[in-house]
Amino acid sequence: MTRMNESNSAVIALPSSSNSFISVEGFLPRDTARHHRKHILAVLKESLQEANLQPSDIDCIAFTKGPGMGAPLAAVAVVARTLAQLWNRPMVAVNHCVGHIEMGRLVTGAGNPTVLYVSGGNTQVISYLERRYRIFGETIDIAVGNCLDRFARVLKISNDPSPGYNIEQMAKRGKKLLELPYTVKGMDVSFSGILSYIEDATPTMLAAGECTAEDLCFSLQETVFAMLVEVTERAMAHCSSQEVMIVGGVACESHIAPSSFTRDVGKCIIVHINMIPLYPSSTFSGKSIHTPPKYSYFDAI
Amino acid sequence: MALSSLRPSITTEVAEGSPDTQRFLSGLDLLRQGAEARLYRGTFLGRPAVIKERFPRKYRHSALDSRLSNRRTVQEVRTALRCRRAGIAAPAIYFVDLVSNVIFMEDLADAETLREHIGSSPFGSRNLEALAEIVGRTLAHLHDQDIIHGDLTTSNMLLRRTLGTSRGNGETSERANSNDGEATAEEDVKDLNGAKLVLIDFGLSFSSSLAEDKAVDLYVLERALLSTHPGAEDLFGTMLHMYGRSSCHGTAVLTKLKEVRQRGRKRAMVG
Repeated sequence: MTRMNESNSAVIALPSSSNSFISVEGFLPRDTARHHRKHILAVLKESLQEANLQPSDIDCIAFTKGPGMGAPLAAVAVVARTLAQLWNRPMVAVNHCVGHIEMGRLVTGAGNPTVLYVSGGNTQVISYLERRYRIFGETIDIAVGNCLDRFARVLKISNDPSPGYNIEQMAKRGKKLLELPYTVKGMDVSFSGILSYIEDATPTMLAAGECTAEDLCFSLQETVFAMLVEVTERAMAHCSSQEVMIVGGVACESHIAPSSFTRDVGKCIIVHINMIPLYPSSTFSGKSIHTPPKYSYFDAI
Repeated sequence: MALSSLRPSITTEVAEGSPDTQRFLSGLDLLRQGAEARLYRGTFLGRPAVIKERFPRKYRHSALDSRLSNRRTVQEVRTALRCRRAGIAAPAIYFVDLVSNVIFMEDLADAETLREHIGSSPFGSRNLEALAEIVGRTLAHLHDQDIIHGDLTTSNMLLRRTLGTSRGNGETSERANSNDGEATAEEDVKDLNGAKLVLIDFGLSFSSSLAEDKAVDLYVLERALLSTHPGAEDLFGTMLHMYGRSSCHGTAVLTKLKEVRQRGRKRAMVG
């Protein structure tokens, strides 16, 4: 697999319909597929217009083959196949995670970053080695976004604009750090333990007045994000990498990114890119932060 | 941790921790900085020593950070000792500072990490096969003691070329016990021209008799091995085979391993 090179590729149009998709129950396959079917043609037209191209200018149709939810993927694949046949162009299947990463690299100009891919369905630490993206660390059970979303349901936190965002806002008001199970296994993480612990403990602790819901949010965030940063740093040390790129829906948790890597790793470029801008007000896509290191441990590598 | 060829220099701010310790450490030769700890070279009561400091990580809440660093320092020391008592090669611990989370241990200067060794040998060589067998046997022994390493990677296994030098370095009554264990280990390594497999980095270790935990331990190794050394599937196969043959509960653990492999990404995470 050849990697895209900044000098010969560019993102020329990036329209999105996701601002119109607020799901109150979480992303269900059937609803997501319906949303895709409803909006895909409009998004397609918009992207051709924005890029100022005709169908005849297109050389191939790339689409997400997986991993992910079956129904939405199929909805998009049907359109991709139809276009390929209509326009007589080849189809290129893309791995969902690799798509996030390559887009991120293009938009931000990151060279060879260690990637932390965190979303509702995926939690992986990925690095490029010997012509492939390889997963160095990942969750051995559920994704961090899944953990946060299910915790939000326990506390009956609103899903508008997203459970993760609301947990983050509540966490800012939390004061007490509770001791929660912290599970890092080598370069892998595990969230089902902390989830079941906090699901069981929440009603009792709240009823006994031992802590507030805000304290729970705060403690959960601190713990899971510390775990994620730890495994990412291990992968970075293992690969001798100096760059981090954070992608996926959970990447827009402002907590995980700015403070996490900057003060501990010298010469670090942190890149945030979130393919689904869930918060219309955020200026998120493709932000790249070059942090002057507060201290540098190594002069030159 | 790999003793790699980085040329580090500390330009910085002193991390928090007792000022006396920091002053002492800043006078030492920094070997390497990993994700979690700094390694220095120095001496302890005249013996060459490696000093491992788990420095505060600012991204973590300070209460969480000190709890984790302290727990890991304690676990590392405890497990190293348990290993040695059981006849599994691990660094001798000289001294522990539980306030600053600093460990003074035996300097294995002549050792090469497994990672470096595999990197420099062609796959399929008899050398690597023999090595894989030793790894399998050692891990079986470890798990039979109900010790879970927690962070098995090829950077956390060392190959020590010189036989027998660890005995002279100040262990106490453990020496009598470790003698028996070391005799068996020596038989194993004749193929590798006197090299010995030493396990290090027990910060994430814990005690468990569950097949589940042992299987996850092996899974962590599998993932680390395959991501760092693409093409090492057969090597891991040899390790597992030897593990199954040498361990008392080998079959149960290997069966569990198949189940562990099915989790995570392989599950549909909808709903």
